[in-house]
Order: sequence, then C-alpha cells, then structure tokens
Amino acid sequence: MDLRLEVTEQDEWSVVDVGGEIDVATAPRLREQLIALVNDQRYHIVVNLEAVDFIDSTGLGVLISGLKRVRTHGGRFSLVCTEPRILKVFEITGLLAVFNVCPTLAEAMGPEKSDDEVAP
Amino acid sequence: MTPGVPPTGDVVELELPARPEVVSVARLVIGALVAADPLFDEERSADLRLAVSEACTNAIQAEMAARGPDEPVDPEAEPILMRCVLSDGQIEVAITDHGGGFDPADLEVHPEVTSPDRLNYEGGLGIPLITMLADHLEFQHTDDGTTVVMRFEPRTPGVRPIVGGHGSLGPGGGAG
Repeated sequence: MDLRLEVTEQDEWSVVDVGGEIDVATAPRLREQLIALVNDQRYHIVVNLEAVDFIDSTGLGVLISGLKRVRTHGGRFSLVCTEPRILKVFEITGLLAVFNVCPTLAEAMGPEKSDDEVAP
Repeated sequence: MTPGVPPTGDVVELELPARPEVVSVARLVIGALVAADPLFDEERSADLRLAVSEACTNAIQAEMAARGPDEPVDPEAEPILMRCVLSDGQIEVAITDHGGGFDPADLEVHPEVTSPDRLNYEGGLGIPLITMLADHLEFQHTDDGTTVVMRFEPRTPGVRPIVGGHGSLGPGGGAG
C-alpha cells in the first residue's frame, strides 16, 4: 500500500508530512526516515499525520521509537493530527498522554505544553 | 430465507501469502464486507480494519520468524487463512497462521504506556488493541500455528478513552 513521505525544514524543525497507510508493510520507510533525520542531527521533529488514512500498532511503534531517539538527544517530537479515526488509535492505546499531539503545525512547533496540558 | 430456519451466515474466505504487503488487502476485504451491512457504521468499520490489520500482522510475523525473516515465501507453503462469517448481526473473523504458535500467557509484560520505560518497547500494542476493539477474542492452538478468533458486534460500549483512567492498555502483552 502507498505511503507518501516528504520532509521540509523550518528553522530548527524538520517536518515529516506522511500520507497514506502506516502498517507493517510501509512503517519501515517511516522508521528509516526518522533515523536518517536524527543521524543528521535534526532533533526537533514534527510528524504530520493529517494525510494518513490508517495507522496500526506497527506505525505507533515507529513513532514511539522516533520519540525515544529524539529525547535521547534532548530534542522535541510532535505530531499533528485532527482526524478522529487516527486520534482514536492514540486514545485507546493511552498514547495521547505520551505524545505531544497538536491540531496544527504551528502549535506542534510552538512552546512546549506543560504536563497538565498534554493529557486531554 | 425459509421462515423458522436460522440464518447460516455468509462466509468469505481469503488466502494470503505471508508477506507484509497483503495486510492492506485483508483490511480492504473486511472493510468491503462491513460496508454491505448497515448495522456497522464507519467507526465500527474502522475498528474492524484495525483489528484485522493487527491479527494479520501477527500471523505474518509469526510465519516470517518461523521461516527466517529474510527468506522468501515458499510457494508451496500453506497460506494464512482469513475466514469471515456474517450472521445474526455480528461478524466473526478467524485468522489462521502456520507460524508455530504462541501462548498468550507467555507474552512479555510491558510497563504502562505512560511510563518513561515504555519507550523501550516498540511492540506489544497489537493484542491489547484487538482486546479493546473486539467483543470476543480467543486464541486456538493448531498443529502448526494459531487461529485468532475475533467477534465484532455493531457497537462496543467498552471502548472508552482510557488515558489515566480505567482499562488502560498497559501493562500489555508482548506480541503485536
């Protein structure tokens, strides 16, 4: 199945626009992209999921590993997502409390939320 | 249908080679099946696609692990079987692999998803997700693998946002 990946740089942030379906067949490409960014010392990463039609636990696992890699370097890792079907997967796994999930790119790259604000 | 005779149900079977690319095919099929049933709304259809994706992924990974991750699919090998039965307003999906089997009781216990230690584990969310989405889940051991049987009703009152509340997924199982 199709996965579209596009990376743009905005100041210290790298924005990864993802489109299509993130599953066991396509997640390796996203994983490689996130590893490549960290290897290039890009430690502030936004993954924009607005054009994602489907994500399962394999995709969530890749995002968890991305978050872990970035945190190791003191960076920030945010997600942009407003699609209810995608948000539900984060919600029922409890990962909304783990990731900084924002409705817009500007908020994802904005000031860090306090812990109180992260949880819905 | 003859009055007085219980519906036997529509059965759809799909054989899948154990390759990652076929998981999207399994999702397409279950989505199309559910779309024909007005009892299942768009959200419940999304639940089914997700659960089927998780179960197929586990089946494929079990078979890939059994044959060696870099080995191609043996054309003679028995395929993964997905069997869907629609009857009495519910859908049962059974996915059978030949990956040697596993015992759900042996799954590694992971930290809570909100624990910083949870970041050390990428996997382990698949089976807890299916547990949340399906109305019934069971693992049946076969001679050479596992059959995962999931049953879905049109609504699942049990699925609620669980962040910081009851029914959190962690500690979760290790497969997935």
